[in-house]
Amino acid sequence: MTSSPRNISSLHRADAALLWTLRGLAAVAGIVVVLIVVFLVLESLPALRSIGLLRFLRDQSWYPLSDQFNMMPMVAGSLAVTLGAIVLATPLGIGSALFCRYYAPRPIADFYRGIVQVLAGIPSVVFGFWGLVVWVPLVTQSLLAGILILALMILPTIALLAETSLAAVPVLYERGAAALGLTRWAMIRRVMLPAARSGIVTSIILAIGRAIGETMAVVMVCGNVVQLPDSLFAPIRTLTANIALEMSYAGEAHRSALFVSGLLLMFIVVLLVAVAQWISKESDHA
Amino acid sequence: MLEATRNERHRLRESIITMIIWLIAIIIITIFGWLLTDLLVHGLGPLTWSYITTEPADAGRAGGIGPILVSTLLILATCMAVTVPIGLGTAIFLAEYTNERSPFGRAVRRSLDVLAAVPSIVFGLFGSAFFCFHLGMGFSILSGGLTLACMALPIFIRAVEQGFRAVPDEYRMGAAALGLSRWATLTKVLLPTTMPTLMAAFVLSVGRAVAETAALIFTSGYVDRMPQSLMDSGRALSVHIFDLSMNVPGGDDNAYASALLLVGLLLLINLIATWIAKATQRQWTATA
Repeated sequence: MTSSPRNISSLHRADAALLWTLRGLAAVAGIVVVLIVVFLVLESLPALRSIGLLRFLRDQSWYPLSDQFNMMPMVAGSLAVTLGAIVLATPLGIGSALFCRYYAPRPIADFYRGIVQVLAGIPSVVFGFWGLVVWVPLVTQSLLAGILILALMILPTIALLAETSLAAVPVLYERGAAALGLTRWAMIRRVMLPAARSGIVTSIILAIGRAIGETMAVVMVCGNVVQLPDSLFAPIRTLTANIALEMSYAGEAHRSALFVSGLLLMFIVVLLVAVAQWISKESDHA
Repeated sequence: MLEATRNERHRLRESIITMIIWLIAIIIITIFGWLLTDLLVHGLGPLTWSYITTEPADAGRAGGIGPILVSTLLILATCMAVTVPIGLGTAIFLAEYTNERSPFGRAVRRSLDVLAAVPSIVFGLFGSAFFCFHLGMGFSILSGGLTLACMALPIFIRAVEQGFRAVPDEYRMGAAALGLSRWATLTKVLLPTTMPTLMAAFVLSVGRAVAETAALIFTSGYVDRMPQSLMDSGRALSVHIFDLSMNVPGGDDNAYASALLLVGLLLLINLIATWIAKATQRQWTATA
């Protein structure tokens, strides 16, 4: 009973069906992003038509109920809180990675990495709540409160990815540095960090994406006043917070304007992903 | 003499930097310990069996979170019921049936990379426009679960794909040498070997989904009654914490209890995933 031609062809047919099923599922997964963009654009169109791009930059401020739709205060708020969080989290994150990789004894490093991983999984709403009850009494609902909480939230992203890229540096580099008699810090600064640079930069870019898209924590601690931030203690509102606060009662033009801000967020994120991929591709060529 | 002072300076710099690095680690551990102790101190008291099982009263200031836990479970179940088949199929396709040169495979991968970076509030907007309004599902557990599925897909796919890539090629060659069809190779060889990774990916995605808030506010909504069907609005645990701390004066105690429960669940999920990963590693090193 060797396999007859009929058997072989039915075998082929089953495999072909399998392949097409898998292709179909992959197509569904791949199309989600397209659907998101399409629906953001569709919902944004009414506002882009009736309000127009310029008024998002030039209106008096954001008073959607009085037909004023200037998004710049929220854009500034998002950028300020993201910038602050990145400035704070980058050295701490890289320091964490160095600690795990070069300074801590093995068991401590494993324990510490575990904690950072758990920190990465804590929900933003818990960070926001904790920030609200513990930190806000100290620093008020402000840009600063947002920066502190957000820095804590993106630190694990930087720490874990930076450690991965440090671990990917060839062992020979380390041995070479040791053979040259470099001290530990000289080896890190002159050899390891430059070698892992593209991975570390990518981790920071991903962290920027997380920070700018974060909603719950900033809604809860930043105070949500629509204004250009003029000090660290000024309450601010970010683009994401604005959507979360106003979607539930937004009328037609207003709702559509909120989708425009969603589209803007999406655009920023796609840009960041593109930059990150470009960097890792460049480093592959190097 | 000069040499000696230079060495001295180097040594001083080394020890200062070592101190800074240890200080960073200590600060982060302290903050984490602070967060955890704070949740335990304030949350453990109100977190009783009756809190977990009873209905909320007085906007959540009193009573429990029974219906909220049911809604959360239903949202998660919906999410995973969609994520697992689509995600598994996509991951198998990407790992086993495409290579770097296939334009379709590359397009899917690129699109998943972007999807993984989309902010949760944008998922919320999309879910509201697409599931709630366009498909007419309204504020419902179904809308929320489907929105979460879009979010969980790239995480699940990435983890599963790595599992398939970790299977040594000898397994596939062995299966091919035995004359197994692709289907048989998949179900008899690849799926059983990657089962632990599949479970870890599942647990990881559940963890991500249960932590989510922003994508659920305008898809599954705020209603804190016991849901009667998937078409009812249902409040997730994370949304409950948000609502209690932002909109309900005097809701902090119960928000603490809910936050502690949520973090406890996530720690458990994290432990399970790590344990599975470790067990798998042991299995691989044992067979290698």
